[in-house]
Amino acid sequence: MGDPLQGGDPIFIGGIDFGVVALVVLKVLIGFTFVMVGVIFMIWFERKLIADMQNRIGPNRAGKWGLLQTLADGIKLIFKEDLMPNKADRLVFRLAPYLTVAPAFLTFTIVPIGGLFGTGENGTIEVFGYRTFVQVADPPIGVLFLLAMSSVAVYGVMLAGWSSGSKYPLLGSVRASAQMVSYEAALGLSVVAVVLLTGSLSTHDIVSAQSGGFADWNIWRTGVVPFLVFCIAATAELNRPPFDLVEAEQELVGGFHTEYSSMRFGMFYLAEFMNTITMSAIIVTLFLGGPDGPSLFGPDIIWPTIWFMGKLFIFLFTFVWLRATLPRFRYDQLMDLGWKRLIPLSLAWLLVIGAIRIADDEGWNVALVIGISLASCVVGALALVGASRAGRIRRRAEEALR
Amino acid sequence: MSELLRAYLTVVVFLAAAGMLVGVSLGMGRLLRPKRPSAQKAMTYESGVDPVGSIFGQSQVRYYIFALLFVMFDVEAVFIFPWALGLEVYGVFGLVEMTIFIVILALGLLYAWRKGVLRWV
Repeated sequence: MGDPLQGGDPIFIGGIDFGVVALVVLKVLIGFTFVMVGVIFMIWFERKLIADMQNRIGPNRAGKWGLLQTLADGIKLIFKEDLMPNKADRLVFRLAPYLTVAPAFLTFTIVPIGGLFGTGENGTIEVFGYRTFVQVADPPIGVLFLLAMSSVAVYGVMLAGWSSGSKYPLLGSVRASAQMVSYEAALGLSVVAVVLLTGSLSTHDIVSAQSGGFADWNIWRTGVVPFLVFCIAATAELNRPPFDLVEAEQELVGGFHTEYSSMRFGMFYLAEFMNTITMSAIIVTLFLGGPDGPSLFGPDIIWPTIWFMGKLFIFLFTFVWLRATLPRFRYDQLMDLGWKRLIPLSLAWLLVIGAIRIADDEGWNVALVIGISLASCVVGALALVGASRAGRIRRRAEEALR
Repeated sequence: MSELLRAYLTVVVFLAAAGMLVGVSLGMGRLLRPKRPSAQKAMTYESGVDPVGSIFGQSQVRYYIFALLFVMFDVEAVFIFPWALGLEVYGVFGLVEMTIFIVILALGLLYAWRKGVLRWV
């Protein structure tokens, strides 16, 4: 696995010459195209699928099956007049779309989208005589980079709402930031479980530690719970249904981007779908082995990418499915789920995994350790449930007295 | 350029590409779109009626409390990640220390819970 602080895209080993720079630019172009095509597809896919689920036809005019609908929308938005409210903070109002799009893009850089792992090649391919990972970049602190970027995304939302100088966007953005920071805590804690198992923060190492086949995927090795917590927290982090209180139309009009119009609004729209794709890709990378999967026929090198796309597609479909199925949470339910359920659960799970790893290392009886730690988790959970029920009964009694 | 920073070279190039995408599409919009400002259009949106008062009215203090709680958990991550990276290095000692640390932290959360801070009214 190598030195965890080394990072280690082999492309930079021989120093930086013209070829390396050209290859870096090529990788950026490929990654960029991947994200953009993905977004264009995703917007169409979401509208079409939701239409199917609601027994409508959906986009069907622009191109075959309405495939060019997103482009048509983009062209329309560019030709629209751009309005800026007179009470807006003009500089921040202009800056906010950049702050929203940039993290959405940057998170994608750490996702490995192909390459054969578990063989001598260890996820590298050879291009023009240079060996390189099939991911845009592999910073040594990959997972922290992910968390950092999702923090920066809060700034974009917060500043967009604040700088509009309007009531609804401000309310929407305050709500959004409280929701995003709350679930970021749960998101971070569930990732620690993966880091515990891998011993590295680099996404490349995390994927290559899962390359031993289906049973080696982190979803099983971490015991499913962190995966579920991560998925829920990611949905909330993306402000997607059922956690889309940010744009609860009945209360807040359009949420934090109410005052945005024209292409500036288009940028927020783009970032939203880009975030959906990136977050699905991150889930696949952290928990489902990334591009791991058997090669069936033909050249081996294309299969990892096909597997990656397949897994990615399952999550994209699920996000749309959730939107079509579940009603929106109430704000207090949302906060309860985050702070009273997910955070204690992931904290406890973290310790369980740590204890199991240490037991394994020290040669203790692993089954006994698992039993004891799970039992103490259950006891703790029961105590919490009991305490909160007692509190509720007391509160009700007080209210009855009043 | 140091070894450590090289890995970020690509990230920086990617950031430039992202910035360019926003810049170019907004710039293109500026060239193509009409511009006919009027006092009505520059008004802030308030469901179709004239906006009343300033936007900086009083807001719930709860959002602020949740932000404080978040800071607690985010600072905690600073300690948990290094432990997770060096799990074998710190061994049993690290596990016990971390358990104590997390229990103290959980007590903090429990205190907030007990105080009714987490209850949204």
